Amino acid sequence: MAQAARRIGILRNLSAKFASVPMILTALIVYLGFSLWTILYSFTNSRLLPQTNWVGLAQYERLWSTRRWLISIENLMIYGSSMLVLSLVIGFVLAALLDQKIRFENTYRAILLYPYALSFIVTGLVWQWLLNPDLGVQHFVRGLGFPDFVFDPLSSSDFVLFGVIAAALWHGTGLVMCLMLAGLRGIDEDIWKATRVEGIPQWKTYLFVVIPMMKPVFVTTLVLITSGIIKLYDLVIAQTGGGPGLSSEVPAKYVFDYMFQSQNLAQGFAASTMMLAAVALVIIPWAFLEFGGKKRA
Amino acid sequence: MLRTTCAAFFTTFSLALPVWATDLEVTHWWTSGSEAAAVRVLADKFNATGHNWVDGAIAGAGGVARPLITSRITGGDPMGATQFTHGRAMGELIEAGFMRDFTDLAEREGWRDLIFPSTLLDDCTFEDRIYCVPSNTHSQQWLWLSTEAFATAGVKVPTSWTEFVAAAPTLREHGIVPLATGRQPWQMQLIFNALMISVGGPDVFNRVYGDKDAEFAGGPEVAIVFAAADDARHMIVGSNVQEWNLAAQMLIDGKAAGQIMGDWVQGEFVHAGLTIGTDIVCLAGMGEHQYLTAAGDAFFFPKVNDPSIQEAQEALASIILQPVTQVEFNLAKGSLPVRRDVELHNVTPCMQAGMGILNSGQIVSSANSLLSPDTIAQITDLMVEFFNDTSFPVEQAQEEFAAIVRTAD
Amino acid sequence: MIGPRGMKPVRRLSPRNVIIYGTLTILALYYLLPLYVMVVTSLKGMPEIRMGNIFAPPVELTFEPWIQAWAHTCTGLSCDGLSRGFFNSVKITIPSVIVSIAVASVNGYALANWRFKGADIFFTILIIGAFIPYQVMIYPMVILLREMGLYGSLGGLVLVHTVFGMPILTLLFRNYFSSLPEELFKAARVDGAGFWSIYFNIMLPMSLPIFVVAIILQVTGIWNDFLFGVIFTRPENYPMTVQLNNIVNSVQGVKEYNVNMAATVLTGLVPLAIYFASGKLFVRGIAAGAVKG
Repeated sequence: MAQAARRIGILRNLSAKFASVPMILTALIVYLGFSLWTILYSFTNSRLLPQTNWVGLAQYERLWSTRRWLISIENLMIYGSSMLVLSLVIGFVLAALLDQKIRFENTYRAILLYPYALSFIVTGLVWQWLLNPDLGVQHFVRGLGFPDFVFDPLSSSDFVLFGVIAAALWHGTGLVMCLMLAGLRGIDEDIWKATRVEGIPQWKTYLFVVIPMMKPVFVTTLVLITSGIIKLYDLVIAQTGGGPGLSSEVPAKYVFDYMFQSQNLAQGFAASTMMLAAVALVIIPWAFLEFGGKKRA
Repeated sequence: MLRTTCAAFFTTFSLALPVWATDLEVTHWWTSGSEAAAVRVLADKFNATGHNWVDGAIAGAGGVARPLITSRITGGDPMGATQFTHGRAMGELIEAGFMRDFTDLAEREGWRDLIFPSTLLDDCTFEDRIYCVPSNTHSQQWLWLSTEAFATAGVKVPTSWTEFVAAAPTLREHGIVPLATGRQPWQMQLIFNALMISVGGPDVFNRVYGDKDAEFAGGPEVAIVFAAADDARHMIVGSNVQEWNLAAQMLIDGKAAGQIMGDWVQGEFVHAGLTIGTDIVCLAGMGEHQYLTAAGDAFFFPKVNDPSIQEAQEALASIILQPVTQVEFNLAKGSLPVRRDVELHNVTPCMQAGMGILNSGQIVSSANSLLSPDTIAQITDLMVEFFNDTSFPVEQAQEEFAAIVRTAD
Repeated sequence: MIGPRGMKPVRRLSPRNVIIYGTLTILALYYLLPLYVMVVTSLKGMPEIRMGNIFAPPVELTFEPWIQAWAHTCTGLSCDGLSRGFFNSVKITIPSVIVSIAVASVNGYALANWRFKGADIFFTILIIGAFIPYQVMIYPMVILLREMGLYGSLGGLVLVHTVFGMPILTLLFRNYFSSLPEELFKAARVDGAGFWSIYFNIMLPMSLPIFVVAIILQVTGIWNDFLFGVIFTRPENYPMTVQLNNIVNSVQGVKEYNVNMAATVLTGLVPLAIYFASGKLFVRGIAAGAVKG
């Protein structure tokens, strides 16, 4: 009996393992292998082509004494924390509104989602226009009879990041909303019936019953948003080009500018290794708590 | 596998039929109107030799073209030919043996004597072998002035940088931005390096970038350049556009008086119906030291095994330098030819002046051929901060500049 | 439209409805504003654009920019506009989307329901991978594809999209599948169903909304991809975004904003169409969800 069960177990594991071969290969070769490759070459002085001329920690010393890198990190913190909170809140509220069995749900959802269809390059371009003082909002409001109205966030080093955040939210909240909606649709009808019978207010149901049940969706969304934050590049290129001055520089831009524009691969790799290290530091402990603990099936 | 078979098939075929058209894929980032017209000239001349130009146009030199070219070449699937930054950028691919050596053809056709300024060929030369074909030259040390703006302000059109700086307050009083610029990093660097040659003089430029003399870079001669850059960064306040052509538009609209930009900006003015020489006046070397850098574009040819492609590469290399091509190509692009024995007609007075300066030999090597892209990027980052923040101390900027020069390569 | 949501049946103009529809409509207008600007700009002539107000409707309506963008704009030597790259984009997007979603959904299913020893480690590596800016991996990717003999081929590009889409998609499916009621899976196991039959007969029909999200993610990402399309293919296979980039990003020369905007909207039409079409699947997702209750 026991032996038969174990054999079924092995067979079961076999088919799952077989199906997971592409994932295992990708994880090992691409994500682990390539990352190690990148880390390795960050200790060289590779320029246009990767080459093994070891220079120890020189790239890292230079990285951390570069003002632009420090500014980039600070900007990422501001941008990241704002984006994380705002897109989660806005996305969830939108999904909850759409989930009220309303008419025209499809139309609303498509409207809220459509910006995601456009690339970051286009998003940046359009928002650059809207925020341009001579063409966009400022020009328009002045035309309404407020000649002293000033609205020029992209030319101000204090506000430029908020211009980028506005564009990024416009682009991305629709997808967050969709994910949340998919999560809400996965919630059992009976839960709603039960809370209604109990007379629990709707907001309480959302906050204390539904959201905890949607934890997996929130995790997915969180990873999606955070990885988007860390990879932030195209939008900045198109909207501000990192300016004015260095006030909207971000780490990913530092990495690519050094890899491609300055032809200093190793410096770019060193910067990306620091980004990777920061991510790993947060994710590995979390992953062990999240995936390692409880077992299913 | 399939490709190898195909290639083998075509090779056999082309041996049997030598006139069989060979496809040559050419990568370049010339995508605007005038640039495309210039590429058309090249392609037509090339196709007339019985080959076939396969166009690989990709806008955006730095962020896309470099990884693309490097990937295709190191990935073992190279294009037939590619435009690339003239100067040191390609050095490593040549060293690694990926690029084709054109010394034989160059000697056969006598490029050494033909190509002018000769620095253009020097930039193609690595360890005495020639690896690229220059197609055109541009110079960057130009101050463009709108006569209308100065008329509005009631000031005489300046004839030098010093006079221009003196006129700036009056221009401001009339609501005119003295100096227009796009805020993209490369434009900050262009202004600074142009000031270094024009205001500092060619010797200062060569000593700093050529000899990489850090002590000198921190000294009084370079302080003059930084003082001029300090003037410039105050004069550009109010010019908040990103792109250089939008900055040119400010001159066209009468919102700004001057712009420091390469000679390609003329195309914008002409397109807007202005006449160069009357509506727009140019000061070569900003009316100070009249020296120009002759930098430009060049074509590189990756090494390939297929003899028919090799033959097509050779045909293209040869065509780029032919006098007829040079005239038509450069007229279309608005740049100067790379050989002295061709005459461009109907050129603007500014191009005329530029050719005069080049012919008299007042030429400086460009920063691209003296410095690695990495060093240039470091200088650019510093200039971006300096020009965008008028409270950034001049002394600190010069100190940091000297530190970059110390580690420059 | 099965499955009631929220509160009891409501009157048409209850305060609650006013708030819901009011908020949604205001937000919808805000989201539509940039699209409005793009469309309006694309219908103006260049002189009108230079005059300034980007919000003003066109005085002289012209469709010329759209025709230009689709059929005549030159990028490099070829002057046949975006039409040239359209079918290449289709050719790249369809297999890439199908393969990447198929692989990732099976991954997610295996991770959620058939956990085997060590799976979490691979999964954690993948999740960390989601945070690596993929441009960093271009060069090793080139080497890998070269060694596999796939460099420069369509298959290589599909592989690249599958690999770089895998972390987020796998996470998406894993988390969705593990939020489905476990009893269903156990019941099927008791009935003797195997790995694939549970996947196809039970999991797939219940996962429409999440498949929609995955399709939205992938179609958009792959359709809008530009860098991989350029680096891992050759000019005859360049996707539409290469032309869009050439039109929008030309550094020198006069900017034709109206053509830029028309080209932009045209390029976005395919993902947009998918989004609108996805509505039906979302609704069917509700129906599927109701079955399990």
